[in-house]
Amino acid sequence: MQLTEGHRTYWRKNLRITAILLAIWFVVTYVVGYMARDLSFTFFGWPFSFWMGAQGSLIIYVLIIGFYARYMNKLDQEFGVAEEE
Amino acid sequence: MAGMFGNAGGTNTAASNAAFKQQLNKVYTWYTGGFVAFVIVLAILEQVGLSREWIGFIFLLATIGLYAGIGIMSRTTDAAEYYVAGRRVPAVYNGMATGADWMSAASFIGMAGTLYLTGYSGLAFIMGWTGGYCLVALFLAPYLRKFGQFTIPDFLGERYGGNVPRFIGIFAAILCSFTYVVAQIYGVGIITTRLTGVAFEIGIFLGLAGILVCSFLGGMRAVTWTQVAQYIILIIAYMIPVVWLSVKQTSVPVPQAIYGFQLQKVTAKEAELIKDPKELEVRKVYAERAAALGEKLKDPKAALAADKEAAAKKVADLKAANAMASELAAAEKALAALPADEAAAKTAWTRAKAAAEAKDKPLGGMPRHAAQYAGDPNGDAKAQQAYDYSRRNFLALIFCLMVGTAALPHILMRYYTTPSVKQARESVTWSLFFIFLLYFTAPALAVLVKYEVFNVLVGTPIDKLPAWIASWSRVDPGLLSVVDINKDNILQLGELSIGGDIIVLATPEIGGLPYVVSGMVAAGGLAAALSTADGLLLTIANALSHDLYYKMIDPNASTARRVTLSKILLLVVALAAASVAAQKPADILFLVSAAFSFAAASFFPALVLGIFWKRATGIAASLGMAAGLGITFYYMVTTQPWLRGVFGVTSPVELWFGIQPISAGVFGVPLGFAVIILVSLVTPAPNAKIQELVEHVRYPSLKGTAKSMIH
Repeated sequence: MQLTEGHRTYWRKNLRITAILLAIWFVVTYVVGYMARDLSFTFFGWPFSFWMGAQGSLIIYVLIIGFYARYMNKLDQEFGVAEEE
Repeated sequence: MAGMFGNAGGTNTAASNAAFKQQLNKVYTWYTGGFVAFVIVLAILEQVGLSREWIGFIFLLATIGLYAGIGIMSRTTDAAEYYVAGRRVPAVYNGMATGADWMSAASFIGMAGTLYLTGYSGLAFIMGWTGGYCLVALFLAPYLRKFGQFTIPDFLGERYGGNVPRFIGIFAAILCSFTYVVAQIYGVGIITTRLTGVAFEIGIFLGLAGILVCSFLGGMRAVTWTQVAQYIILIIAYMIPVVWLSVKQTSVPVPQAIYGFQLQKVTAKEAELIKDPKELEVRKVYAERAAALGEKLKDPKAALAADKEAAAKKVADLKAANAMASELAAAEKALAALPADEAAAKTAWTRAKAAAEAKDKPLGGMPRHAAQYAGDPNGDAKAQQAYDYSRRNFLALIFCLMVGTAALPHILMRYYTTPSVKQARESVTWSLFFIFLLYFTAPALAVLVKYEVFNVLVGTPIDKLPAWIASWSRVDPGLLSVVDINKDNILQLGELSIGGDIIVLATPEIGGLPYVVSGMVAAGGLAAALSTADGLLLTIANALSHDLYYKMIDPNASTARRVTLSKILLLVVALAAASVAAQKPADILFLVSAAFSFAAASFFPALVLGIFWKRATGIAASLGMAAGLGITFYYMVTTQPWLRGVFGVTSPVELWFGIQPISAGVFGVPLGFAVIILVSLVTPAPNAKIQELVEHVRYPSLKGTAKSMIH
């Protein structure tokens, strides 16, 4: 099967959104983790980095995955590669 | 009734899928209502006078009977039903099933305890075991679903061609899943024993019966619908005591939103306790003990002889003085309890010295709850190094747990069961959402229990402590013990030894809830352990029957034969795991974490490059998996005390960059990537058929043409 230009654009867009979301994942996990001691200002009672580890990062993970599912399911439609259900 | 969870061979159209989902909604709403009614009836019976043993038994039999019932209703011999539940599991329900599959005894029982004992450092588990799903969603789930076979070694075999990658995949899948399943069955044994008082070994086999009826009869189909039922029980059981404790302490029923303020109070109390003169008194006693043991260890032979002489003399004196029988018996027992020879004395005293030294630390050895990392970046060289190492290990552990999550075959396999790629993506979102509900509650539970211990227990006269302390220390003094070290008849924090595994199980009693809630929490722990064990056993049996037998030994085997073989293997593997668990192997927690490093190093690079890089070749993947697994294994064997003992390693421990053995995957994953990339570049590119397969998995639909080569 020969891939069309549309297929290639679809895949490039997929790689781009994957990279962006992975960068957010990285910052939330490792950059905040690395600077945890410096980010301990109070945030609704918690030290900020403790809250991030216990709740904030988790919420962002759920949002990352939810956004990716929505974005890709829309992209499938747009480029005509969605499955027939 | 047999058709309740879908009929074998039904076609998957959008209309039938929607109708099926509606039917499921109805079934599980009734089920949840039934479970709540069941608990309420038991609570009423308890008030009327039903004994605790009976409540425990009823919970055990009712829940295991329920899981077995679902297994019998979903029995099947159809391959697609048996291996991937007919690929008709709606995203929401696959998410719930994955949640239960994922949350093991360690998550349900152990995690809040780890957080209680280690504070911020414990958050590595919270972040690692949830953030890994980002990798599952972005790199694996949709592509594996599009690939659409039955197992993970299937993918390796098709993508990289030949039997070598498939075989390494089978080996790694069995290695991680077996260590993991042993830990689950061990957890089942512990909980059944607590719940009903039967012997540990009998408890294991009772639980095993529940696992087997389900996965044996109905494979993935039965396991999926049981796991959904188990998720509902475990989440209810986890939430109720925490909400109760929160209402009791703060009168707000949303513990996750409010515990920041409790954490502030805990932090303030920690500062007081560190300086408290009574606590310092307790520490001094421990310091003296450690010093005395150190003195003995200088010449163990002479010290042991002196101890024996003194004990024997006491017995003789008591006999001569015609002392009371009880006093004499105690003295004789003390004499008999002395170490037999010099070597035994040395081991026992070294261990006792280490324990006493651990107790001679602020807050009974617990780090301050909200403190990020040990040491101090602005302190002296030693404090700076402690800070660096503790931060580095925290981040390395998160890395291993995350990548391991995205590589454990029993989780990835679940995404084969959804009806479409679209639903596979949505199903990862639901999985993480359902896991998130428990994981963002665990740190709240840890803080609330700590607040209770600091403010209610510490400072209470020893003879006025709540009853649950005595009853738990009777179950196992290793989990909870109180010793009045400084003899002032008041409990200091240093005098309380608490094991992590007790926190969740004892929370209902700490909060003053009726026993029926304790029974429910134990049933929740049981659900967590059983559901994970189900998924793991299925993974192992499928790797052997589908990948090894069907794909490598006898490709002409009929479907019925493969499914039968898988069922027999399931039985054999389950019995093997149970017999290992019955030995109560040491360091079971280490083995579980090791499974993550193994999975990360062996599967993750090969799977991701297989999808995202057409140039990755079969030889490279085989070498990369072997290298990643090899270096991880080598590092663990040379640095982890228990494995060093098993393999007879005597060379001095040399940590690379100060990384703990639990995070060995941090070396294996990059090495795996590097080997696959470098070797691929010097070997011939994969053939056109494989390149087409890669394109096939990248697009949910290529309008038929690429599809033909798979089916």
